Amino acid sequence: MSEIGEAIAGQIDRLLNDGNTPARLRRLEGGEWLADTWAALEEMGLPLALVPEEVGLSWADAAAIWQVLGRHGAPVPMGEAMLANALLASPVEGVVTLGDRAAPFGRFAAHALTETGLHAVTGHTPGLNLAREPRDALVLGPATGAGAATLRLGLALLRAALMAGAARHALNLAVEWANTRKQFGRPIGKFQAIQQELAVVAGEVAALETAVGIAARAVDAHGLAGAGFEIGCAKVIAGEAAEATARRVHQVFAAIGITEEHELHHFTRRLWSWRDEGGSERAWAAEIGAQAIARGGAALWADITSRDVRTA
Amino acid sequence: MRFDIPNLPEGTDALRANVRAFLDQYDWGPEVRARSWMGFDRGFSRELGKRGWIGMVWPKEYGGHERSGLERTVVLEELLAQGAPVGAHWIGDRQSGPLILRLGSEEQKRRILPGIAAGELAFCIGLSEPDSGSDLASLRTKAERTNEGWKINGRKIWTTFAHLSDYMIALVRTSPAPEGGSRHAGLSQFLVDLRTPGITIRPIRDLLGDESFNEVTFDDVLLPPDALLGREGEGWAQATSELAFERSGPDRVLSSFPALSMGLDAVGPEAAVPVGRLIARLNTLRGMSLSVAGMLEDGKSPAREAALVKDVGNTFEQQLPEAIRALLEPETTPPALRRLLHDLTQLSPTFSLRGGTREILRGIIARELGLR
Repeated sequence: MSEIGEAIAGQIDRLLNDGNTPARLRRLEGGEWLADTWAALEEMGLPLALVPEEVGLSWADAAAIWQVLGRHGAPVPMGEAMLANALLASPVEGVVTLGDRAAPFGRFAAHALTETGLHAVTGHTPGLNLAREPRDALVLGPATGAGAATLRLGLALLRAALMAGAARHALNLAVEWANTRKQFGRPIGKFQAIQQELAVVAGEVAALETAVGIAARAVDAHGLAGAGFEIGCAKVIAGEAAEATARRVHQVFAAIGITEEHELHHFTRRLWSWRDEGGSERAWAAEIGAQAIARGGAALWADITSRDVRTA
Repeated sequence: MRFDIPNLPEGTDALRANVRAFLDQYDWGPEVRARSWMGFDRGFSRELGKRGWIGMVWPKEYGGHERSGLERTVVLEELLAQGAPVGAHWIGDRQSGPLILRLGSEEQKRRILPGIAAGELAFCIGLSEPDSGSDLASLRTKAERTNEGWKINGRKIWTTFAHLSDYMIALVRTSPAPEGGSRHAGLSQFLVDLRTPGITIRPIRDLLGDESFNEVTFDDVLLPPDALLGREGEGWAQATSELAFERSGPDRVLSSFPALSMGLDAVGPEAAVPVGRLIARLNTLRGMSLSVAGMLEDGKSPAREAALVKDVGNTFEQQLPEAIRALLEPETTPPALRRLLHDLTQLSPTFSLRGGTREILRGIIARELGLR
């Protein structure tokens, strides 16, 4: 990760770490567009962060930024805008979404990038994912420019990175709760049963963060089109970690964690939603597995190690 | 905890290719490949020693080859991916050698390290005792000073390959734990020549029918003064300082890898999803292990990261043979794969025991999280 990437990630974290995360996500899920949040992030130059001749961050930087957004529930589609502008020959102003069928925040977008090109958004049928984030069917104008063949790969990396952030935050919340909530005269985090559950979550979250890091590195080394394997691996691990994390943190929180009022569900519902987006873990595993089976057992280890990034 | 992936150094490809070409001459059966680093073959270890693939990172003056830790990791990965029988030098290369290099006297280093690097000297680790397992600091084997050196009495158990090894590094009590103080005080490490009179080594047959671990009894065993390794009373810190090396290596991820490579040729296209999940996890956990190797190479002490890698790695190692088995009918599974799965199934309980149990590792992770 570069110094400037780290600085920007820190800046975003400070901006969103204002104690209003649950309120923001509640507003969003109630149908509001968070214009102030979008404007503040836009002012930081984020939409152009991945455009080489603009901010020119690496994909490793972007993945770190997406994890920060994920830790705050990604209240605006800034990751989508970063990705769209990275794939476009010339960047677009304003809110730009990805795809046309369940387009993230599509109702608020002026443009949509699809595999056929860039379109103006001319209408929409509203839809929601299970986290009650807008996922809209769009009516699009004619395509201009080239299509983004690697859109699916970018979207998978974006979702995996956001999930790593959301899972990390869910774990942090659970640790804080375990150290606060007292039963039998002591914090429940003193009980080995709770410790062991959360240690498992820590392993899953660390694996997911590593998988995202590996994928982003691979994109930096080989481009999106050349990093399908690593991105697929990251999305598989994201889906598996999401299930394990959500199940266990809810167990630790017990009843309070399933109340509407509590912050936790904004993150667990996002984990459950995002695992279906950008290709489910099943879809990516099918691709990885089919290729490995076709290549045969003797090739497996050589294929995996041949993808290592070496010192130039 | 952050698991950044290091770039592999230049020349890694050639090194991998060399190791692969060398391993291609061997055609191990499933019984060998399942055991991998639980297989003891001095002849094979000597061949590796000749090629400079043991003690790779040690100084040349002690028989080492002054290669980087990441190059060493590459060699370990290649050996494990094939399920090579590396047990005769594994512990010496991974733990005992590095410990002697760091804490041993000049004489100890010159006497021992070249032998390990040549694949000639095999080591075992004397930690557990009949009443001291996870609660290691409660151990009772003791060493007393004599006019000529030390006298050891007590008993070690579950000592892997003691019956086949030349030396043991034993953790024993040299002074009582201070009243009300830390039980970690008063422990010391000894470099024990296993031919010394008074040592009785009794192999304990395991559920697989193998004799791999042992009970080792010390009955008035007299050791010379220079058998003390490192500093008297510092044994706990010395023994635990090696845990990052012991717990994070590719041997905590790849123990059952041959089930995946052999399994790929036995399953049909309908197995793509479960196979893809396994490969995604393998690739990720391998990255975590490489990451800790990078931290070690940078001189950091990633003990907690290593505990986490071992826990997630062991879980994968145990799931892998079960996942392959679930894709096949026993009757139509190719015989070699079936034998491999049979042995791995019986070996797999040890994966989350050896080198620190799952529960102990998760306790370490919980402490890192800020619980406890």
